[in-house]
Amino acid sequence: MSTRLATGGRFLDRNQPRVFTFNGTDLSGFAGDTLASALLANGRSMVGRSFKYHRPRGIVASGAEEPNALVNLGQGAAFEPNQRATTTEIFAGLKAESQNHWPSLEFDIGALNNLVSRFLPAGFYYKTFIHPRAAWKHVFEPIIRHSAGLGRAPKERDADRYEHFYHFTDVLVIGGGVAGLQAARAAAADGGRVLLIEQSAQWGGRAPVDGGQIDGKDPEVWINDALEELEKAPNVTIRRRTMGSGVYDHGYVLGYERIADHTPGDTRPRHRLWRIRAARVITATGAIERPLSFAGNDIPGVMLASAMRDYVVNYAVSPGDRTVVVTNNDDAYRTAIALKNAGLDVPVILDARPQAEGDLPRAARDLGIRIETGRAIARVKGRKSVTGVAICAQAGEGAVLEEIACDAVAMSGGWSPVVHLWSHCGGKLIWDEAGAFFRPDPDRAPISHDGQPFVATAGAASGQMTLAETLKDADSAGKVASRALGLAAGRKGAPKASQPQEGPITPVWMMPQGAGPALRQKMWLDYQNDVKVSDVQLAAREGYESVEHTKRYTTLGMATDQGKLSNINGLAVLSGALQNDIPAVGTTTFRPPYTPISMGAIAGEARGDIFQPIRRTPIHDWHDDNGAEWEPVGQWRRPYTYRRAGESTHDAVMREVKNTRQHLGLLDASTLGKIIVKGPDAGRFLDMIYTNMMSTLKPGRCRYGLMCSENGFLIDDGVVARIDDDTFLCHTTTGGAERIHGHMEEWLQTEWWDWKVYTANITEQLAQIAVVGPNARKILEALGGMDVSADALPFMAWADGQIGGFDARIYRISFSGELSYEVAVPASQGRALWDRLIETGQEFGVMPYGTEALHIMRAEKGFIMIGDETDGTVIPQDLGLNWAISKKKDDYLGKRAQARSHMTDPDRWKLVGLETTDGSVLPDGAYARGSGTNENGQKTVIGRVTSTYYSPTLDKGIAMGLVLNGPDRMGEVINFPALDGSATPARIVSPVFYDPEGEKQNV
Amino acid sequence: MRRYSAFAIAREAARHHQGWERAWRSPEPKKKYDIIIVGAGGHGLATAYYLGKNHGLTNIAVLEKGWLGGGNTGRNTTIIRSNYLQDPSAAIYEKARSLYETLSQDLNYNIMFSPRGVMMLAQTQHEIRGYQRTAYANALQGVATEFIGPQRVKELCPIIEIGGPRYPVLGALWQPRGGTARHDAVAWGYARACSDMGIDIIQQCEVTAIRSQGDKVQGVTTTKGSIDCDKLGIVVAGNSGVLADMAGFRLPLESVARQALVSEPIKPCMDVVVMANTVHGYMSQSDKGEMVIGGGTDGHNNYTQRGSFHHIEETVRALIETFPMISRLKMLRQWGGIVDVTGDRSPILSKTPLEGCFINGGWGTGGFKAIPGSGWAMAELMAKGASPLAAAFGLERFREGRFIDESVAAGVAH
Repeated sequence: MSTRLATGGRFLDRNQPRVFTFNGTDLSGFAGDTLASALLANGRSMVGRSFKYHRPRGIVASGAEEPNALVNLGQGAAFEPNQRATTTEIFAGLKAESQNHWPSLEFDIGALNNLVSRFLPAGFYYKTFIHPRAAWKHVFEPIIRHSAGLGRAPKERDADRYEHFYHFTDVLVIGGGVAGLQAARAAAADGGRVLLIEQSAQWGGRAPVDGGQIDGKDPEVWINDALEELEKAPNVTIRRRTMGSGVYDHGYVLGYERIADHTPGDTRPRHRLWRIRAARVITATGAIERPLSFAGNDIPGVMLASAMRDYVVNYAVSPGDRTVVVTNNDDAYRTAIALKNAGLDVPVILDARPQAEGDLPRAARDLGIRIETGRAIARVKGRKSVTGVAICAQAGEGAVLEEIACDAVAMSGGWSPVVHLWSHCGGKLIWDEAGAFFRPDPDRAPISHDGQPFVATAGAASGQMTLAETLKDADSAGKVASRALGLAAGRKGAPKASQPQEGPITPVWMMPQGAGPALRQKMWLDYQNDVKVSDVQLAAREGYESVEHTKRYTTLGMATDQGKLSNINGLAVLSGALQNDIPAVGTTTFRPPYTPISMGAIAGEARGDIFQPIRRTPIHDWHDDNGAEWEPVGQWRRPYTYRRAGESTHDAVMREVKNTRQHLGLLDASTLGKIIVKGPDAGRFLDMIYTNMMSTLKPGRCRYGLMCSENGFLIDDGVVARIDDDTFLCHTTTGGAERIHGHMEEWLQTEWWDWKVYTANITEQLAQIAVVGPNARKILEALGGMDVSADALPFMAWADGQIGGFDARIYRISFSGELSYEVAVPASQGRALWDRLIETGQEFGVMPYGTEALHIMRAEKGFIMIGDETDGTVIPQDLGLNWAISKKKDDYLGKRAQARSHMTDPDRWKLVGLETTDGSVLPDGAYARGSGTNENGQKTVIGRVTSTYYSPTLDKGIAMGLVLNGPDRMGEVINFPALDGSATPARIVSPVFYDPEGEKQNV
Repeated sequence: MRRYSAFAIAREAARHHQGWERAWRSPEPKKKYDIIIVGAGGHGLATAYYLGKNHGLTNIAVLEKGWLGGGNTGRNTTIIRSNYLQDPSAAIYEKARSLYETLSQDLNYNIMFSPRGVMMLAQTQHEIRGYQRTAYANALQGVATEFIGPQRVKELCPIIEIGGPRYPVLGALWQPRGGTARHDAVAWGYARACSDMGIDIIQQCEVTAIRSQGDKVQGVTTTKGSIDCDKLGIVVAGNSGVLADMAGFRLPLESVARQALVSEPIKPCMDVVVMANTVHGYMSQSDKGEMVIGGGTDGHNNYTQRGSFHHIEETVRALIETFPMISRLKMLRQWGGIVDVTGDRSPILSKTPLEGCFINGGWGTGGFKAIPGSGWAMAELMAKGASPLAAAFGLERFREGRFIDESVAAGVAH
């Protein structure tokens, strides 16, 4: 059983005990512990259950690569599933629960899967649950879904805050081990800006645990010196707890800083996403040890040799009293030595190699440790914890030579450089025969915009596995980066380092090498997803030969560690099964993030009220105070109606329409887009943008215009006012302002770049109020100021002047069919003008009206609404708007498209009015039924409703629609089926229901 | 072909699964085939399958430059729905959806079609009207959809925030028989069934040239040699433009990177597929427990299969507003695929200027859901020269202006 050692622990502050809770039990650790080290210190080696077979799972690693020790962390609004115990720093009050079991970690019903695991090999679900068909949805899938997933789903809204940082640097160094420290020193020596980030809370990486000397000093001393130097340098920024998450094109790198995970509730943001733009990136991300594939290698108590060493040295945790070490390399001997030095028993080191003669084996022998070469583990004994190992010859099929009792196993299959960040943006790998790993190919680095490589690796990440070579490589990487940026690199050489000489590794992909099918079904590759050697071999046998097929068929490497422990072992097994070279089999694609990052951090500050900030007109607050029911329109909110006490929404709308038609209505029209188009070529430009002729418009006049896409479809409409010879003001729809401005700019910048035209979106600079109704002129005259008489300001004219003391521009335009003025004032004056209009308007029966009344009035008048009568498939000709299409112009956007055969087809659906025979309101969106079906069996349709309202003015339902040959069928009755099978008959009529002669608006 | 079943698994379990045969053969190419399909993704394999099954044509090779199912078939968010607005779209997507319902049985390969229901949220008055219209259209097209209110939305998907501060949920277009399927299995199942019919699937075989005599296709040149054919089907998604260029014609297509991401797996919390077009995001939960999230499309044409991260930020923001509980989940993996997009965002299923050469592409961001219908129609088009399902999707529509524009109904996410 694991326990805490009486002394030692580099990271521990034994003066600061920390009480935390695991599965409801209070446990104690120290400041500096991770949750994993603290659990081990409390004898908890089993911490979870695997995904598929619900096998007991123990801590296997000591860092971000951990696949097993995932916990539900925290409670309520601070609850988080799948948190890695190995990267969770403990704090007082931490609450953690193990995952994926019921009813308890120790007794889990789901472990029944384990008993029938021979019936559940890779991909079994593709081969069964096929019949009967309904059973998949109702029986099998629910069972699979229920047993899938790891942590619980959070329930509450996240209480924490997240933020984004922008950072620009010459050189970004990722990884704060000795390689990263040295690369940063070298890169910074000549003044270049350097950012150094380290994912964990500790600087220095593995070197202090693994030993050796740097510049004659203990590594820990050298690390502290280097840190001190970097902290002092003004051109260097360093950050702990900040992971390099992903490398993207053009030197864009995401950093993921876990600011307050270990200090919850201290009001700081929990996570921070660094959006880094770096000229050069150095990844000093180290290497990850590989497990060995032997039967029972997943039983709690079996751990990576390096992780075990970390727990002993950094956290003073004994993984067990008796630890068997199994290896194919010299490095694992360091673990045996560390255990022995801590006073623990190492009954045997099983070395699969025929001989072990390096400095480290010698040192182990000197400590009296038994070493057996050419030996392997036949199987590990125990269920929820290791009780012993059976030993066999590596060369054989697994005949047991000896059994040894032990309570822990340390395994090492060699090391794999962490190449993720190198690979994210296209860096390629080569297979290193001597080291038995993939390493970055420096000749095929990720290339930036300038054709130059922008990512380099340093240290173990390059495949340099000794201290001396690591430092040399890192020093060179720093200098190369610095030089590439035109800086003279520092002249100081790399630090000198010494370490015991290591003998060569012998690749071992299966243990023993001749293991039969029964043993291979017990050799785990992916601990979390329960993928075994036999599964990969099955995939190969069935033709899933590509490494991507194998991954997807077996789920190898698809767990939360994304194959950090399993991928290389898995593809070595695959290459063995295919009798192909490992490099020919290749790797799966490395994708960001390096380890999972929180969604909260990705979203940053933009949540809740500022997810998409609401745009507010200067009159917004008045609406809010006066009963506005809001409707989102684009980024704005507009009042749908102003409901009074005791009124229904419908009643309110009816009242607003009637009042406007009979007396006076006010509409906040500030949200309508207003784009200034200015320059000597402005008229020419607008002649292309609009279907109408705009260049002939006289200053002081307005014209209603239509805009089409180059495919001929109507995209926006609005009133254009000519301000002076080379200035136009184009009104757009509320939702269209940004899009139309962009549309104009796209054409100006890409096609007509030599035309002398500027555009500016001034929507928010002006408040605009529509003053509408028979009393519109009276109220403006009551306010006093400029002449708004029919003679001075006729329909479709505009004028600048003063009204009621406000500097204003008044347009005589109407979207309701009533006498109507739109008064524009600087945004700062908008509210004051509105207040004055409301106050002065009392004697004229003023009422504000909302968007629904606006829509009804325009429909009564037969005016189209972009988005209702148009949907991206409608051309102006469909809407009877031929009068707005200039015949005199050579060209406009959409002209050529509108000449295509389908556009000129007489059988296009055309705009008409629709009236139900009983005065009811047609359903919105309903289609008119033709006869028969088309060749695909769909019922034929001959038209559809585009707008439909109850008209209080006419006291009946009115609608507009697009109908096949509609204008030629006036008076005909067509049928609109409802979803319940009934049908509403409607008569085709003119779309202008109200004042067809324009007597009301043109007075 | 030995059939898959629970009994087969039991039999194999007794001998440690040593007796399973290959799911598909790995043949060398013959000198000549009646038909060559370029592209062993879902659409190409489905085309070959229905050529064999519906038209009795099996002297066919499916050529794949990489590994089968390795393009967009294996990169999408696996959503299946047919609640389209325009008649031709509804016809082909509904055909696909209905074929998906029985595909596991047809192929004897469990593709895990999960008709869990798809809802498209209405978060503006405009969207309400648009989805009501779609519901009316679908009723006449024979597609079962309905417009539901916010309370029903909440019942079907309790993790949705319907009273969000920015865009409250006002309703949804609900297609109860839409859902998801296991994307890789669709490709593998078709491949296995094709191989069983004698169709050759040739992987690691890149087409480098298309040969023709006069105006008629003659064959292809590949990295595994020259292969002749009477008819050629180009079914290569993001690389359609490249192959069309080899065949001597141009296509109205743009290729862009589109992204997706998954969270770490959690216990089941979401039983339906939700698409929120106002805020641009959609999400479902896989059978494995991951939240599967569709991301944005790059604003510039490229072939990177990566994409720009700010799209991920925008998508995740939108989804946190819609599903606040995901804020404390973690993104496990993000990736990109190359989608080929036409001017009207609808696919191309068409004859081409080169006689005997057909093209199936332009599925943009929504091709997975169409695979069986697309293969069915393409097979009919190639075998008979015409197909009612494909009729509206010919290349001539761009010349005639006969667009099939779904943007009003589908918003952005397709």
